[in-house]
Amino acid sequence: MEPHLLEIVDLHTHFVTERGEIPAVDGVDLSIRKGEIVGVVGESGCGKSVTSLSVMRLLPQPPGKYAGGSIRFKGEELIHAREKRMKQIRGNEISMIFQEPMTSLNPLLTVGEQIMETLRVHLPIGKKEAAARAVDMLRKVGIARAESIVRSYPHQLSGGMRQRVMIAIALCCEPELLIADEPTTALDVTIQAQILDLMKKLNRETGTAIMMITHDLGVVAEICERVVVMYAGKVVEEGAVKDIFANPRHPYTQGLIRSIPSMNEERSRLYSIPGQVPKPGAISQGCRFAPRCEYAMDICRAQLPELIAGANAAHRSRCWLNTTQEVAN
Amino acid sequence: MSRATLADSGDALLEAEELSTYFPIRTGIMQRVTGQVKAVDKISFKVRRGETFGIVGESGCGKSTTGRSLLRLIEPTGGTVRFDGQELGSLGESGLRKMRRDMQMIFQDPFASLNPRHRIGKILQEPLIVHGIGNAAERRERVAKVMETVGLSAWQLEGYPHQFSGGQRQRIAIARALMLEPKLIIADEPVSALDVSIQSQILNLMHDLQEQMGLTYVFIAHDLSVVKHFCDRVAVMYLGRIVELGDKRPLYSEPKHPYTKALLSAVPSTDLGKASERIMLQGEVPSPANAPAGCVFHTRCPQAMDICRHERPVMKQVAPGHATACHLYS
Ligand SMILES: Nc1ncnc2c1ncn2[C@@H]1O[C@H](COP(=O)(O)OP(=O)(O)OP(=O)(O)O)[C@@H](O)[C@H]1O
Ligand SMILES: Nc1ncnc2c1ncn2[C@@H]1O[C@H](COP(=O)(O)OP(=O)(O)OP(=O)(O)O)[C@@H](O)[C@H]1O
Ligand SMILES: [Mg+2]
Ligand SMILES: [Mg+2]
Repeated sequence: MEPHLLEIVDLHTHFVTERGEIPAVDGVDLSIRKGEIVGVVGESGCGKSVTSLSVMRLLPQPPGKYAGGSIRFKGEELIHAREKRMKQIRGNEISMIFQEPMTSLNPLLTVGEQIMETLRVHLPIGKKEAAARAVDMLRKVGIARAESIVRSYPHQLSGGMRQRVMIAIALCCEPELLIADEPTTALDVTIQAQILDLMKKLNRETGTAIMMITHDLGVVAEICERVVVMYAGKVVEEGAVKDIFANPRHPYTQGLIRSIPSMNEERSRLYSIPGQVPKPGAISQGCRFAPRCEYAMDICRAQLPELIAGANAAHRSRCWLNTTQEVAN
Repeated sequence: MSRATLADSGDALLEAEELSTYFPIRTGIMQRVTGQVKAVDKISFKVRRGETFGIVGESGCGKSTTGRSLLRLIEPTGGTVRFDGQELGSLGESGLRKMRRDMQMIFQDPFASLNPRHRIGKILQEPLIVHGIGNAAERRERVAKVMETVGLSAWQLEGYPHQFSGGQRQRIAIARALMLEPKLIIADEPVSALDVSIQSQILNLMHDLQEQMGLTYVFIAHDLSVVKHFCDRVAVMYLGRIVELGDKRPLYSEPKHPYTKALLSAVPSTDLGKASERIMLQGEVPSPANAPAGCVFHTRCPQAMDICRHERPVMKQVAPGHATACHLYS
């Protein structure tokens, strides 16, 4: 098997606020092999973006704080890497598509200037070639009239166009790892299909590994091999996409799959998991999903279950239900 | 009155006629206007009281611009918008401000629309203060109630927008639009940033509010399965124009316009066994600055005929409650 490209072990990322320290990421383990496409899904606020920003070391400290664990990229520890080293890595070896395109694009520069800037930092090419590549990149992400859009400012673009500009910037340097944080939320299905194809192609041709953060299980089914499910700062289930869809083991994952609105059936009410996500840090004991779980047992409230595999070694879940079943069998 | 009878009564709350919004294209050092982006090009539709009217279409086709033009957050280039019997173009600044209490918008980019220097509690109270509603205690109570409805907790009122995740910010934006109990909410991609469970929570919530308060929604989205669940009628836009409009059921089960057909075929399926049969559209979306003559879709249409290249098709009824602008049906 290929060695791990990215290996996150027991990561704790906290925020120091007036109301105390918030453990937004609370012991996350997540690994990605070279050339692999891994989906990361989970309830809003569960720590997906904070995990990825930790890898990029883009959280301002304070209020952010790396409270423990390790993030290794090709064997190199990133948590303590110098900013100078991180600058070389960002956009070159690891690039990221941010969740909110408007806040990560520079409003004062044209779209073309921003793509060219990235290209020229990473590739030994002249202005003219960079300009040509910028137009080419915009076409690849499905932007019509790319020649005139390169000269536009972000506020002149639609939401989906901004998102695609971000994608163009992230893809133009053929990184080894692409972290895509909800990259297609603003895109309609036809363009989404085109972008997913583009990512698959990049993955196939240059071996770029992709960490795909998304709430869209359709996207996961479409391009990921493996998926990691997070809840309240922790990984609660992981495994091959086909196993998790066919046989979700954690009640949270089961609820997530039940909530998908389907094109084939029409219900007047959609299923949603009852209750609310706990305040980060509010539950220090036991399983964080227990208060919302219909199967919760006494042990669930008392002790945090481990992330363990059943018969299938690659399919792990953090749930007492699965552990006790295994013991009983 | 039930929702169905309201929608059937045909009583329009919002009516757009030949609505157009063009943006100037400026070039050169002198920034001379050398062309126009026809973001919205002569579209007409009615939104009935109490219904949910969906607008779908590809990125850049003019959905957000339509939404903002309806509320006159951008000045339309042409056409009229009537809301609750009033023509908005005839209202002055103060009349428009009063009207806006009844028409709220949830913006596509939640972060950009929340003041980063204010705490959430203040952001939510602000519309109440601006319109002089309630005393301090009543306002706090209303804020707490709305927070709970959108699935946020009271402790989060103390936070600033940047301390929230993308999905949490989206819910704050929804809460803000609900504060004034408006008649109409134009929701621009309100759930696209949310995970499915919260998405269902929000859609169920919007649905309940509609039943309780008789709300009317214009729901802009690109997720066709969400639109199918949530909307009563749907308009499909392409390059600034509406190409098909109809009751949701016939539109989904028997799409007429070749563009709608392609759009529906592209929905990714979570059904892993089922190989999706996609109609992949050829060619790129033409420039709205230089839209093709005739039917704007003809350059990518698998069924394009001669007439499509030079004559703009008009909206024609093809079945009860179902219309399309396509020469195949004329
Ligand atoms: N600067 C900050 N200060 C305090 N808390 C923060 C800050 N940034 C994020 N958080 C908290 O950390 C938690 C995790 O946030 P994160 O953005 O990683 O969520 P997410 O999983 O990406 O959610 P979404 O799907 O909504 O984008 C949230 O509860 C959020 O409120
Ligand atoms: N301020 C502006 N100046 C110039 N052009 C603009 C401006 N705002 C929007 N446009 C253009 O108008 C067209 C329609 O944009 P709009 O934001 O309405 O699209 P949309 O359908 O909402 O797309 P998305 O699904 O990506 O959000 C786009 O081509 C966009 O570039
Ligand atoms: Mg996020
Ligand atoms: Mg938009």
